[in-house]
Amino acid sequence: MSDVALPVTAGIAVIKPKLSRDDRIMRGFIVMVGVWMVIAVLLPLYFMLSKSAEDHDGNFIGLANFQEYFSTPALFYSIENSFFIAIVSTIITITLAFQFAYALTRSTMPGKGLFKTIALIPILAPSLLPAISFVYFFGQQGIIKELLLGNEIYGPIGIIMGEVFYTFPHALMILITALSTADGRLYEAALSLRASRVKIFFTVTLPGIKYGLISAVFVVFTLVITDFGIPKVIGGQFNVLATDIYKQVIGQQNFEMGAVVSVVLLIPAVLAFIVDRIVQRKQVALLTARAVPYEAKPARGFDTVMFVYSAIIGFLILAILGMAIYASFVTFWPYNMAFSLNNYDFDVMDGGGWDSFSNSITMALYTAVIGTTIIFTGAYMVEKAKGFGAVRGSIQFLCILPMAVPGMVLGLAYIFFFNHPDNPLNFIYGTMAILVICTITHFYTVSHMTAMTALKQMDPEFEAVSASLKVPFFKTFIQVTVPVCLPAILDISIYLFVNAMTTVSAVIFLYSTETNLASVAALNMDDAGDVAPAAAMCVMIVFVSATVRIFHAIFTRGMARRSQLWRQR
Amino acid sequence: MSDTNEPYLQIRGVTKMFGDFTALKDVSLEIFEGEFVCFLGPSGCGKTTLLRAIAGLDIQTSGSVEQGGKDISNLPPSERDFGIVFQSYALFPNLSISRNVGYGLENRKAPKAEINARVSELLELVGMPEQGEKYPAQLSGGQQQRVALARALATKPGLLLLDEPLSALDAKVRVHLRHEIKQLQHKLGVTTIMVTHDQEEALTMADRIVVMNEGSIDQVGTPLEIYRRPTSPFVADFVGTMNFLKATVTTSDSIRIGDADIGLESALDDMATGSSVTVCIRPEDVIVRDIESETDNIIDTVVVDLEFLGSFYRAMLKLNDQKGSILLADFSINLVRDIGIEEGKSIQVCLPARRLRIFSDSEGEP
Repeated sequence: MSDVALPVTAGIAVIKPKLSRDDRIMRGFIVMVGVWMVIAVLLPLYFMLSKSAEDHDGNFIGLANFQEYFSTPALFYSIENSFFIAIVSTIITITLAFQFAYALTRSTMPGKGLFKTIALIPILAPSLLPAISFVYFFGQQGIIKELLLGNEIYGPIGIIMGEVFYTFPHALMILITALSTADGRLYEAALSLRASRVKIFFTVTLPGIKYGLISAVFVVFTLVITDFGIPKVIGGQFNVLATDIYKQVIGQQNFEMGAVVSVVLLIPAVLAFIVDRIVQRKQVALLTARAVPYEAKPARGFDTVMFVYSAIIGFLILAILGMAIYASFVTFWPYNMAFSLNNYDFDVMDGGGWDSFSNSITMALYTAVIGTTIIFTGAYMVEKAKGFGAVRGSIQFLCILPMAVPGMVLGLAYIFFFNHPDNPLNFIYGTMAILVICTITHFYTVSHMTAMTALKQMDPEFEAVSASLKVPFFKTFIQVTVPVCLPAILDISIYLFVNAMTTVSAVIFLYSTETNLASVAALNMDDAGDVAPAAAMCVMIVFVSATVRIFHAIFTRGMARRSQLWRQR
Repeated sequence: MSDTNEPYLQIRGVTKMFGDFTALKDVSLEIFEGEFVCFLGPSGCGKTTLLRAIAGLDIQTSGSVEQGGKDISNLPPSERDFGIVFQSYALFPNLSISRNVGYGLENRKAPKAEINARVSELLELVGMPEQGEKYPAQLSGGQQQRVALARALATKPGLLLLDEPLSALDAKVRVHLRHEIKQLQHKLGVTTIMVTHDQEEALTMADRIVVMNEGSIDQVGTPLEIYRRPTSPFVADFVGTMNFLKATVTTSDSIRIGDADIGLESALDDMATGSSVTVCIRPEDVIVRDIESETDNIIDTVVVDLEFLGSFYRAMLKLNDQKGSILLADFSINLVRDIGIEEGKSIQVCLPARRLRIFSDSEGEP
């Protein structure tokens, strides 16, 4: 705070603090993070915005493109479609996830750990996996298509079902957190006042989790409205904004209109992001209150109902995943149901071979290692540096910003910026580097927040003590901060790895023939009619993600055992 | 304390602004080699800000700090010479006690054996030998604070800074540890500044106390001076328990409380006859025994409440003035029994002249 400009009376010399070597190194790093954010987020977005106001030859034409967009019903109907899908999916997901979270936190039913693990499986899969499964359940050759009562799975029904599967774990995690922070004393007070269960739910439970609930609503809404994989696979003729961007850019090579649709999609995403930010801030204030944790008491009837409900949800999730796995091994659905590995012979398929699978792993590893290093170190510098307030504040903002940018929009913006002939960074276009940069940036915000939360739990005086002992900050960073924050660092790297494996939206515009990715290959195989190989590729992605997750769990447990001497729990 | 006249630490005109808020207003102070100085004041008085300015952790907006004759005003903490202990201990949780204590030595590339010897010596010094292999989480709060102290002393700093080091501890541990810190400081002779809001801590530990209020120093003095001769109503109120009574100046060396004339030890300067003043006296200085032998400064009161506080009684005495002012007085158990003091009883008390402090009302209420 010492660099705040001050109204100083004449004659009194203001002390200009001499910067230590530590200060200079920290500031250098902060500036580097700032440059990263400007290159990876701000400039691409700027190029995209300006593209939306240009004609094919690059002349500025103001809002003419937007005028054209809003006078083309085929285009602007997608807005309505996108909102319809997003709102309905959000309502269904939140309702289902809330009950599931309630069962996990407020009942004493058995098998909670197993149910939670099952419920988080969808995170390991690319969003097109549920869509492919639903094709096998309800498509033309679907095994239970009668359940749709003659309705078509290709369209809103399929999209909504897929989105619910895909967003369920995201909503669940937020709601579990919200429900676990309840104050047990409030429930005891309510019971002693003889309030009924229903009354307690509406006067104690609901107000207590309202911020978590609102946050979950906006997270799910944003995920759905920006998702590309599910509507691409199962949307049929039903257009949404995300698929429109793809069609305009890839199908019609109309980059300007692609930019216009991107701007249209950016608006709800940014609004949802702003609301979520405001709510998150309040949620933090709620958590700091000293409370007695709520402990569920056994209640036979209630526990049974909750168990049955959780079992049904768990079964459905496993069935959807299981169908993709099953279909991937079936030789030729529905004519030759014998098992074979034919669908895994990716090298003979249109869309991408085993190369794309190894590319994905390479990309995910780079993203995890480089991303975690940059994000955690950046968060540390921004949090611990002294002075430099204005710069730190703006970089803090830039670190939060990527969350507001849908993957499709980010990817398209990268085309405009990095493929610009005058850009000196043009050489990374079409390489692995641009995929890694884009993916790190796309998932920067959540990782940054995880790092910040961990860093804020550290004693703020570690750096002061180190300085007084004349130990350079980076020694303390390596010897103390990193080991103490290792669980958070591993969480970040796993998050980045899994998302890099499963993401489609941002990278769909940026891969080249040499850097094709597994998730993109699955999408393209599906596009070419090779649905079973697409399922097989999705299964491979789930397999890798799950394996990495399991190793992470084992490693975390081992680490916890080794560090239990000093880690207070 | 040093006999040289050169202060070890010289603070001149230090002002610290946080935005529009002035946390320190033109603070000047001298601290001598080997002294144990306490910064005492309520929260928000600027005591921690001053300590952090001395450490270079939050450098002052203007003004200078000299340590050992060297101007350190603008230096970062790493270029200053001090050891620091925080209320939170700030021990590195993943390093053993030995490594915590030796943390500053490791970086100086001292030979391993030398570091080990020094670490053992320090752990011995803070009364925790043989505990080096443990981790901070395995120790009690008091033990952790001893380790933090050992770590701060490891590099033999010229200045030891203690930021509310005892505030997070239980009352019993606190009393015990403050005695030990004081002894340790005496033994090592290291110049020490401790920030505290606990007056008892300051009175028992400090060679000199710096009482701070709203970003300024109110009074600097030995514990006895601060307690006996507070120079402002704020200090009088903040340190110990104090009675504040309204009075009127009658002559240059006497005042009137209600209808009682009270003589003073010395003449009042700059206070006109008839002006109103505030009289301060501590409850334990109110005399009730052998009242006949005291001729002066007798005042009539009625006991309205008698509170038993363990080793003594605190009496609430109502004065015979218009407002019915209350005077607190501490009486020993013997005294209460001997004289038969009880609620509702009228008693005469004496306010000894040499125990009275007079503040003109323009100096403000505490």
